[in-house]
Amino acid sequence: MSAQAQPNSFRTGPDERGHFGQFGGRFVAETLMPNILELEKAYEEARNDPAFHADMEYFSKHYIGRPSPLYFAERMTEHLGGAKIYFKREELNHTGAHKVNNVLGQILLARRMGKKRIIAETGAGQHGVATATLCARFGLDCVVYMGAVDVERQKPNVFRMNMLGAKVVPVQSGTKTLKDAMNEALRDWVTNVSDTFYCIGTVAGPHPYPAMVRDFQCVIGNETREQMMQAEGRLPDSLVACIGGGSNAIGLFHPFLDDKDVEIYGVEAAGHGLSGLHAASLTGGRPGVLHGNRTYLLMNQDGQIADAHSISAGLDYPGIGPEHAWLHEMGRVQYISATDEEALEAFQLCSRLEGILPALEPSHALAKVMELAPQKPKDHLMVVNISGRGDKDLFQIAEHLGNQIV
Amino acid sequence: MTQRIEARFQKCRAEGRAALVTYVMAGDPDPETSLEILKSLPKAGADIVEFGLPFTDPMADGPAIQAAGLRALKVGQDTVKTLDLIRRFRAEDQDTPVILMGYFNPIFVYGVDRFLADARQAGVDGLIVVDLPPEEDDELCLPALKAGLAFIRLATPTTDDKRLPAVLANTAGFVYYVSITGITGAATPDFGKVATAVERIKRHTPLPVVVGFGVKSGAHAAAVAQGADGVVVGSALIDALKGTLDAQDRATAGSVEAVTKLVKELSEGVRSVAKRAAA
Repeated sequence: MSAQAQPNSFRTGPDERGHFGQFGGRFVAETLMPNILELEKAYEEARNDPAFHADMEYFSKHYIGRPSPLYFAERMTEHLGGAKIYFKREELNHTGAHKVNNVLGQILLARRMGKKRIIAETGAGQHGVATATLCARFGLDCVVYMGAVDVERQKPNVFRMNMLGAKVVPVQSGTKTLKDAMNEALRDWVTNVSDTFYCIGTVAGPHPYPAMVRDFQCVIGNETREQMMQAEGRLPDSLVACIGGGSNAIGLFHPFLDDKDVEIYGVEAAGHGLSGLHAASLTGGRPGVLHGNRTYLLMNQDGQIADAHSISAGLDYPGIGPEHAWLHEMGRVQYISATDEEALEAFQLCSRLEGILPALEPSHALAKVMELAPQKPKDHLMVVNISGRGDKDLFQIAEHLGNQIV
Repeated sequence: MTQRIEARFQKCRAEGRAALVTYVMAGDPDPETSLEILKSLPKAGADIVEFGLPFTDPMADGPAIQAAGLRALKVGQDTVKTLDLIRRFRAEDQDTPVILMGYFNPIFVYGVDRFLADARQAGVDGLIVVDLPPEEDDELCLPALKAGLAFIRLATPTTDDKRLPAVLANTAGFVYYVSITGITGAATPDFGKVATAVERIKRHTPLPVVVGFGVKSGAHAAAVAQGADGVVVGSALIDALKGTLDAQDRATAGSVEAVTKLVKELSEGVRSVAKRAAA
């Protein structure tokens, strides 16, 4: 980690050109630039419009089911014998993950901008399902790009998107996973630039997406702050969340970045282990430029993007949001990683002890809670973001555990 | 070096015609064949050659160029080897401008200053980097101009009059007008609209304006040559090459010729349109 001057606040970024330190930016084809500038302006206006916030609050409460509970995981706490563990229950949101928070914001924005056609990329399918859901609710055309490999391993979500009226396009190019789905969505956007809104699912892509998606996800951290004050009368001591692109993590972390005493842990996917195939961009990558922003990427010596691997399709991405890259270099957030095996173990423990089937993505965060919590005193308050539910992963988990579902 | 580009456009103007600009991918389907193709292009009628820098994630390219890049990467092509091929081309041809076209990441990872020095030394004249709009000029455009390489900007149908000055501000060599909103090798443009757009851009710049995306045949090339100073063809050449590859994507006896045959047709198309010679 480089020794950089610490800013007065970690919450003021990005600058007007979309930079978080050296990260971020707007690395896109000229065809898209006018659209990106239009989006930036529309988002600025919406952000300052009380009517937009009123709509957000209404649908967050009545459609998504917010606020999501902050739940004391008593049996997990007892079992691990250290920190007092709380779950932020984002898996209880409508559509089963945190993704819907961001999609609601972007779809309301698309409506303000008069865009009738929505495109999205998806990995695990949770962002695709959330996008298809809100497009159904607001009567918008929806096309979701999904790597052909992911279509295969996340079939229940493909079916859900179809039922919601979205068109799912299996992407056959490159590695046929999330990065290729994003390439294909960008190609669609370049082609249908005038009537189409690109609803990006994570805190990556060209400015203003990383900042805008973060803002929409900050509801997670803002609620956690209030709920923890109510439950314990003080702020938590640590936060733990999994990271692919990093939207659930930044949503939880951002409201606490300037609370210096709060320890923050981001958990990347170490796949088969950091010496093998993995998806831990900060731990195993270096700075590069992809999908509209500069950030840490997994790549070879020539700058060719490497294949990422994770058991979790939602973490299977060779990059990470630019703000995380900056927080990593500033040393404000500690980025660690969990392997496929560790995540599977945590999945089973959480299921049996708490009666909650977490998705494979937050199972990575839980795996590190299993390591961190026992090292902490009993009055240490630890919050882990349960960013999605595990129903979508059951077939895959059964296969890994050598079980037959029926 | 922008001089080679200027001299070449001057020559075309003197001959009263538009320039033919061809694009092929470095290392596709193997380095030696791609060098042989590169060398054969000027002889077949290409005035300026663009050489693609392979990248795993070419987000503005259609299936033909995506696949070409992956074929090249599969046989181990990289930026160092691509510059080597250009060096070998330059040893035999000191006049034809060479433009490297690709995406920023391989250049960023190579190191911008080192890349510019090596590219210039190899005989590269200009760069087209798709994912660097004017908003990111500090990254490569300004250093390239300083190093004496032309940074050729893409203008598109979405680049309106208000934005054009920013797009043209630091561009050099020529302006590349993207004829459609879309990816390479996809739709064929409406040639009438293209001519209007070229006129609009020429009101803002003295630089030559070339047009690419969707040009597939001699007839298309002739249609574009009516209004533009040059015509760019890429995906169609790559398709012609791909049609000759064997089941393992290896070159066959007819590979180079398939490309040069199409280049000759395109060249005839361009030359069939008489333009007023420059004074």
